[in-house]
Amino acid sequence: MSALIAPGARVMVQGMTGKAGTFYTRLAMDYGDGEGGGYVAGVTPGKGGSAHLGLPVFDTVRGAVDETRADASVVMAPAPRAAAAMIEAIEAEVPTVVCVTERVPVLDMVRVRDALRGSGTALVGPNSQGVLVPGARKLGVMSTADALPGGIGIAARSASLTSEVVAGLSAAGLGQSTTIGIGGDPIHGIGFARCLALFRDDPDTEAVVLVGEMGGIEEEEAADFLAADEYGKPVVALLVGRHAPQDRRLGHAGTIALLGSGTLAQKSALLESAGVLLAHTPEDVVRALRDGAS
Amino acid sequence: MYLQEAQSKTLIARFGVRVPDGRAARTPDEAAEGARRLGGPVMVKALIHAGGRDPVGGVRLAETPDEAHAEADRMLGTPLVTAQTRPEGEIVGAVQIERMLDFDRALYVALMVDQRRAVPTLMASMEGGTGIEEDAARAPAMVQKYPLDADGGHNPAALAAFFDMLGVPGTHAESVLETVEALIRAFVESDATLIEVNPLALVEDGGTVALDAKIILDDNALFRHPELKAMNDIAKGDETELLAQANEINFIAMDGEIGLVVNGAGLGLATHDMVIEAGGRPANFMDIRTMATPSQIATGIGLLLDRPETRVVLVNVHGGGMTACDRISDALGMAVEGRTDTPPVVFRVAGQNAAQARAAAAALPIRCTVSTDMGEAVRLAVAEAGR
Repeated sequence: MSALIAPGARVMVQGMTGKAGTFYTRLAMDYGDGEGGGYVAGVTPGKGGSAHLGLPVFDTVRGAVDETRADASVVMAPAPRAAAAMIEAIEAEVPTVVCVTERVPVLDMVRVRDALRGSGTALVGPNSQGVLVPGARKLGVMSTADALPGGIGIAARSASLTSEVVAGLSAAGLGQSTTIGIGGDPIHGIGFARCLALFRDDPDTEAVVLVGEMGGIEEEEAADFLAADEYGKPVVALLVGRHAPQDRRLGHAGTIALLGSGTLAQKSALLESAGVLLAHTPEDVVRALRDGAS
Repeated sequence: MYLQEAQSKTLIARFGVRVPDGRAARTPDEAAEGARRLGGPVMVKALIHAGGRDPVGGVRLAETPDEAHAEADRMLGTPLVTAQTRPEGEIVGAVQIERMLDFDRALYVALMVDQRRAVPTLMASMEGGTGIEEDAARAPAMVQKYPLDADGGHNPAALAAFFDMLGVPGTHAESVLETVEALIRAFVESDATLIEVNPLALVEDGGTVALDAKIILDDNALFRHPELKAMNDIAKGDETELLAQANEINFIAMDGEIGLVVNGAGLGLATHDMVIEAGGRPANFMDIRTMATPSQIATGIGLLLDRPETRVVLVNVHGGGMTACDRISDALGMAVEGRTDTPPVVFRVAGQNAAQARAAAAALPIRCTVSTDMGEAVRLAVAEAGR
């Protein structure tokens, strides 16, 4: 087992026939355990009945699910169509939807979140590098050069910093169970708290790393979740933006202070009092987990 | 996209919100002429892309056209520094000349998306006026929240009850509700991420007038609002950042000596933190987005090489997907071509195609130190800047 994506997941791609869709689907199909990465279908309205990258293309998500028993979708549709694609997958009751599209309008995401209410779908993203189960499944656009199967679960707001942490962990012999990019936008799918619950319930995950930054509410929600109950696994948080000037737009769009967004110092204090080990650099993360494990 | 006051008022007026009679003036003579036409006392307000103008002299009362001329003369062409501008302030290119209105009470009204609930949310207070942000930070209960449906939908009777609870007098209940419903339509139909009207004055005839308005539009939604996109007037000093944006790079200029070339917002923040904690001063924040081509990245690096203050360039890239490391070494090669004064470069890459990229960077006709470790690269760059 692993968190969120089962090793045998059957994956479709919404927007596979586009330039980015083609580029990243090809890479993802070459990754993992040699069954074409688990990829079984593409969905592009108007291109149903054709084939692309050796996979059947369907007009609708429902059609792809019915024919191929796909149980996860990667949304790579361009920003103006991404929300409609996510909502279509949610309405077709796809269990896991991962959206990597950048620059999706905020009010489109408000509509997507409305569609998620009461549904069983776990949405990851948008503006996410995706979900990686090292050695098995790649649902996304992340670097896989340094990923190694193992017991560390990672949930992150940033892609390149995740790659940095993954490289450091793998070099120290600490592999990863699942890495989840929750995305950098202010309104998105699952957050740190849900990822923590998934990693807690995943027997393959022994410890968790959160990669956060200033702005937003993710770190606060993670601290609330961890403070509520005994977590039972070590959690390390790497928080960046310690020296970001106030009122300047650095980092992700999600870092604009909208409502009730705390400073990095407040986030650090909340996480620390919830039992989280704080790290300042990717090297610190490796050190904390290596020393903690011994 | 930040709309300054005059643009914000034009937008909400289109949705039926009452705003004071007024006009923008680009010269002191235009300001005096505007005051003469309006008659009586006027407000002279600096039109910049930031709030916090009142305490620093960016909003002044002028009793006569001569006073309006003098205030405009003082403001125009000079930088206004507020708590929300960059440290050097923003040059005032125009002032708004507006009829002064008498009022007893005023509301603060704002619309934003609540990140926790993921719905548009109305925030309102009867304590409208200057300084409410600071006051509300001390006493959060001063501003009350009212969540809306995802599409801005709401029950008008419940919304009316909310304003009654806030203390809006019966004389103004109807006009406040009408105004707020117009603002909700403006928020949803314009894809705003913020609409703030403060103060929303309750005037004698039972009406409400938006004396100031601030709107931030969602840059990611401008593709469906070409008429709003056309309102974009660039604040002086932002040209560098906009050029970078056009090249798929998020770039924020700072005043240090260490130019940063980094991909991804998180790695950008981490690098910025590490440079400062090692005693260095970043020249910028950079986040090269996934879709950036080598020539676009070269443009971003060029922005750093063009600054005489840049003493060292620190490349810290984790390659993957479309941003393989060799794209960065290609971009660096393009950026330094034809330059004779390139500062030293510390080149640290990891991930996809890192080895080729390191070899390519080392072969460039510049002083380039290759490192494989992020911490070491930061230390090398800080040492180089202090040389």
